[in-house]
Amino acid sequence: MEMLISLIIGLLTAVGVFLVLRGRTFPVVLGLTVLSYAVNLFIFSAGRLVIDGAAVLNSGLNTPDPIPQALVLTAIVIGFAMTAFAIILAIRARADLGNDHVDGRLQTDGEKSK
Amino acid sequence: MSHLITLPIFIPLIVAIFQLFPFFEKQIERQRFLSIAGASLTVFVSVLLVMNAANGQVTLYALGNWDAPYGIQLMADRLSSLMVLLTSILLLAALIYASAGDDKTGRYFYPLMMFQAMGINGAFLTTDIFNLFVFFEILLIASYSLLIHGGGKHKTSAAVHYVMLNLVGSVIFLFALGIIYGTLGTLNMAHMAMRVRELSPDQAQLAQIGGLMLLSVFALKAAMLPLQFWLPRTYASAAGPVVALFAIMTKVGVYSILRIHGLVFGDHAGTLQDLGQDWIWVLSLLTLVIATLGVLSSPSLKRLAAHLVILSVGTLLIAVSFGTERSIAAALYYAAHSTFAGAALFLIGDIVAEQRVRSFDRIVAGRALAQPFAIGILFFVVAITLIGMPPMSGFIGKLLVMQSIDSNAHLIWAWPLLLISSLASIVAFSRSGSTLFWRTTGKSDGTNASARRKFVAVWLLVLAAPLMSIFAGPITEYTEATAQQLTQFEKDPTQIMGKGVIR
Repeated sequence: MEMLISLIIGLLTAVGVFLVLRGRTFPVVLGLTVLSYAVNLFIFSAGRLVIDGAAVLNSGLNTPDPIPQALVLTAIVIGFAMTAFAIILAIRARADLGNDHVDGRLQTDGEKSK
Repeated sequence: MSHLITLPIFIPLIVAIFQLFPFFEKQIERQRFLSIAGASLTVFVSVLLVMNAANGQVTLYALGNWDAPYGIQLMADRLSSLMVLLTSILLLAALIYASAGDDKTGRYFYPLMMFQAMGINGAFLTTDIFNLFVFFEILLIASYSLLIHGGGKHKTSAAVHYVMLNLVGSVIFLFALGIIYGTLGTLNMAHMAMRVRELSPDQAQLAQIGGLMLLSVFALKAAMLPLQFWLPRTYASAAGPVVALFAIMTKVGVYSILRIHGLVFGDHAGTLQDLGQDWIWVLSLLTLVIATLGVLSSPSLKRLAAHLVILSVGTLLIAVSFGTERSIAAALYYAAHSTFAGAALFLIGDIVAEQRVRSFDRIVAGRALAQPFAIGILFFVVAITLIGMPPMSGFIGKLLVMQSIDSNAHLIWAWPLLLISSLASIVAFSRSGSTLFWRTTGKSDGTNASARRKFVAVWLLVLAAPLMSIFAGPITEYTEATAQQLTQFEKDPTQIMGKGVIR
């Protein structure tokens, strides 16, 4: 299971980094979202992975660490708010600058100049 | 008054929430009054905190009475109290400046400023590293909105870069926290410092990755060399009062490096001893080089101020990279001085831009200023301070930093760069000053004079320069004691753990 989780986190991070490096705001926002998924999974697994563990209240032998779960909850909420803000900002940039490129201008070597 | 330490966080929070209620929401005058009153109260509280800390008292406050390491703990030692005081004074000056009219160009200006101050103060006071992340996010999301306050193309496009960069920064911060929690099993800084000493080698390697990732996040906030490109455009495009408060934001990054890498990955951290210190040393020198070039090539007064902020970060990080008591004391004095002077220069740039109408603050010949004399004096004092000439505080700050370098191998690199950067500042200031004030066309009819409140706010910041120079004795005593206190914490982190000392 460790292998699977780490592969998923790695894949999500790779996809996220690739998208963040794109030139338009929409893929960048998507990339940031994917990155935050990756990081949430990562923090979650920082408390060690346990199969068939007891829930917190039942004080069994295999109690998982509750702190990473609390951290992930906070990180999800913050990530959610930040994504919302980034989208609104991207829309505003599209309106203000006339295009959705992150630098605010289209590449001149493309099919469309200026 | 055991709850005193929470007030620098709660006063801005409560003021901000009240301003969203109907009685205040549409009433700018009431908002102004409430914000300035709140900011003054915060200044008062932080003065009390500094006075407590100056007696050597370390205030620990367990939130919700949950002892560390289980609960989050606030701490007001000498360092935190000093930084909170800086923030509060800066906030007060920025609000007074904004109340002259800049607050009307966008909505929710005051609540956002208050949230930003709350985030900054919280970041300085907390001892829990995840809580630090949360306060970082609070100050960032407020700064995102403040950055586009007033609107306009430049602000939007600068904000896109700033927001995206910082969101990636937050993701890296979270990855680092995950690694650190996975290896050290704790988030309390003092507890981390205890655990890091007993790591097994394979765990230490992981913790090293975490520590270096944290360093890169703080470097992004502090605008250290490879991560400083966002700063000039962002700061130059933001509204005057907003960027005055932003002047402390780079210091939040430097503070976090000092706090976490000094305490957790300091001299006693076993295999992870002095993690990243060599990196900081080299990069701080390169930061100085790039900032010097930036200062010389600045096309406008605000850009010049932004590059001078990077310059001050470079100087600060040189002192921080040594980590000796003397150099940390010097760094703290320099941090205080450069924050005030930098913020003042941004505000002066804003006033100049307002009075020259068409040519803004660009360093080109243009319309004469309406109040050349009043602005000229301010500009002159700030220029002398930022260049580092006597008798202002910049001279003492730079001298302290240069004196604190004790090995010749380091001295050869640092001294020439520091002195050349001063020379570059002289050139840049004489060029911009003579162009802005003397190469003018026609006479101003005096109709676009700036409000008196703006000058009051700038004077509040500018006066710090001569005052810090006159009272350099007591201030350096305080900063030296701060540095000693930090080394003590590093030797024995249990003293800042509060009651719940658990191995």
